[in-house]
Amino acid sequence: MLINALLKRTGIGIATLLVVSILIFIGTSVLPGDVAQIILGQMATPDSLAALREKLGLDQPGYIRYFLWLGDLLTGDLGYSKAGAGAGTIGTPISEMLAPRLVNTLRLSGTVALIAVPLSVSLGLVAAMYPGTRLDRTVTFATLSLISLPEFLVATFLVLILAVHLNWLPATAYMSGDESGLQLIRALAMPTLTLVIVASSQIIRMTRAAVLNVMSSPYIEMAILKGVPRSRIILRHALFNAIGPIVNVVALNLAYLVSGIVVVETIFAYPGLAKLMVEGVQTRDLPFVQACAMIFCATYVALIFIADMASILSNPRLRHPK
Amino acid sequence: MSSIPDNPAEPQTQESYDELPDAPPRRRIRFSWSGKLGIGIVAFWLVIVVIGPSIAPYDEADILDEALFVVPGSDNPYPDTDFQPPSRIVLLGTDYLGRDTLSRILWGARVSIGISLAATLIAYLVGITLGIAAAVGGGKLDSGLSRVNDAFLSIPSIMLALVVIAAVGSTIPLLIVLTGLIYATSVFRIARSLGLDVTVSDFVEAARVRGEGLWWIITREILPNVAMPMATDFGLRFVYVILFISSLSFLGLGVQPPTSDWGSMVRENLAGLSYGSIAPLVPALAIATLTIAINMVVDDVSAHAGGRLAKRML
Repeated sequence: MLINALLKRTGIGIATLLVVSILIFIGTSVLPGDVAQIILGQMATPDSLAALREKLGLDQPGYIRYFLWLGDLLTGDLGYSKAGAGAGTIGTPISEMLAPRLVNTLRLSGTVALIAVPLSVSLGLVAAMYPGTRLDRTVTFATLSLISLPEFLVATFLVLILAVHLNWLPATAYMSGDESGLQLIRALAMPTLTLVIVASSQIIRMTRAAVLNVMSSPYIEMAILKGVPRSRIILRHALFNAIGPIVNVVALNLAYLVSGIVVVETIFAYPGLAKLMVEGVQTRDLPFVQACAMIFCATYVALIFIADMASILSNPRLRHPK
Repeated sequence: MSSIPDNPAEPQTQESYDELPDAPPRRRIRFSWSGKLGIGIVAFWLVIVVIGPSIAPYDEADILDEALFVVPGSDNPYPDTDFQPPSRIVLLGTDYLGRDTLSRILWGARVSIGISLAATLIAYLVGITLGIAAAVGGGKLDSGLSRVNDAFLSIPSIMLALVVIAAVGSTIPLLIVLTGLIYATSVFRIARSLGLDVTVSDFVEAARVRGEGLWWIITREILPNVAMPMATDFGLRFVYVILFISSLSFLGLGVQPPTSDWGSMVRENLAGLSYGSIAPLVPALAIATLTIAINMVVDDVSAHAGGRLAKRML
């Protein structure tokens, strides 16, 4: 039964990815103007357009182009960007442009996850351990007000306080690529801090809610009546039953970070994939934007898949779909 | 005293119970102090949306003349005009090009709030129509619409926006429709689930048995019962839309210059932070006050509606 439910989820995940790829392909391909026109720009003549279209396979009907594109994508060939395209050339291979940026973005998001997850789960636990106290109310109020602020406002206020007034950290995260140790930490500090703040507030609130939810069940009441200390009840009895919802929330919030990263990399000029993608959108470099969107969406779908798995594994009732 | 009839309550009771009332009695919402403050702030910004440009001291695109900033007694006829601190000439200082921040905030209110409101309205029109249709229609219609909706929900909204903007370019009508459609997906989900709850309830069953038509059931039984929760959700959704559009503008992909918009104003003037200029902070505060105020109002309304909403929306 468990295996069946997991297999079914995996199937849904793969189907979702396919649908996402179709949507992204439609979003960029059905609209007027095509890659050949964008690459050639003002040098386009009917002849050169036709030649380049044939070279790129753009003269095929839409569904064939989709399967060609998908096949290339699956074999790791991401196509060519508009960047570096001149007369007679078709630009830089996208995979070459992506690789170093992807490392930077993974480094940033990895650091954020490593800090935000333990921090916010334990803050949520502490708030749930002492509900109604001053500590709990402070945490609840702070997270509530942070939720209604977008990433770029949090980042702006952080720059104002930490970079301008206190002068502790640089306002931009420029990296040349050969930094080491302390320099790297300083460059990563501001973007990481912003994303940690944005991601944590939701995780803290949901962890607290999940634990308090379990706290109202009869077996916890039993434990309270037996005289078990509150901290022991939380850590030994409630936490294990709340772990499913917590992992679910953590994965979902890491998925929402995908959009946070776009804004944060731009504001701090952090040389990551998302910043390159925004630049690609500004110059309307369609093949490149397609490739980036696929990477981000695949990450998003994968994290949501993990969230689903966590709830199925932790709650046997979900193993038998209606 | 003699003018009062012997039994004043009698005739009224008689009349009012002859027929069942059309609508349930209205309960008044009680607002806490934070709710009242929220209403005040939201009302303030709405007034600015209407009268903002006419009370603005300068035009939104005016690059102020150097002559305005000449210090009396100084022999420098060409003073800096960008990132000036607040003074009597420019009440909130100037931005990176030497434009009046106050005027741009007043003009920008109309753009920022107007676009977000229009987009939220589109999201609601599309989302509620399809959501209620799915809930009432059921069967193939429901599963078809739900599958399409799930597909759109599995793409982060900013990615969807980036892909479309890369393909078509960014204009204000496109921004409104695109954001409206992106957020229609979540409105659809809520409208459908609320609609399903109501559709299976006894009074809808009773109306069906009475032989009421589909249109009557939708407008008289279902819509009034989902109106209150949807109104609360409208507030929250409006906040998300404001944040989404200002984030896009902040990335330089939303409202294009020289039109002023709060999100792009933060972005343009970010460099001013290190000179101690308040130019990026004023629009940031404008966004923050508006969104937090709406949240405070929504909190009170949802407490009034029983507080179950908050759980449903997570």
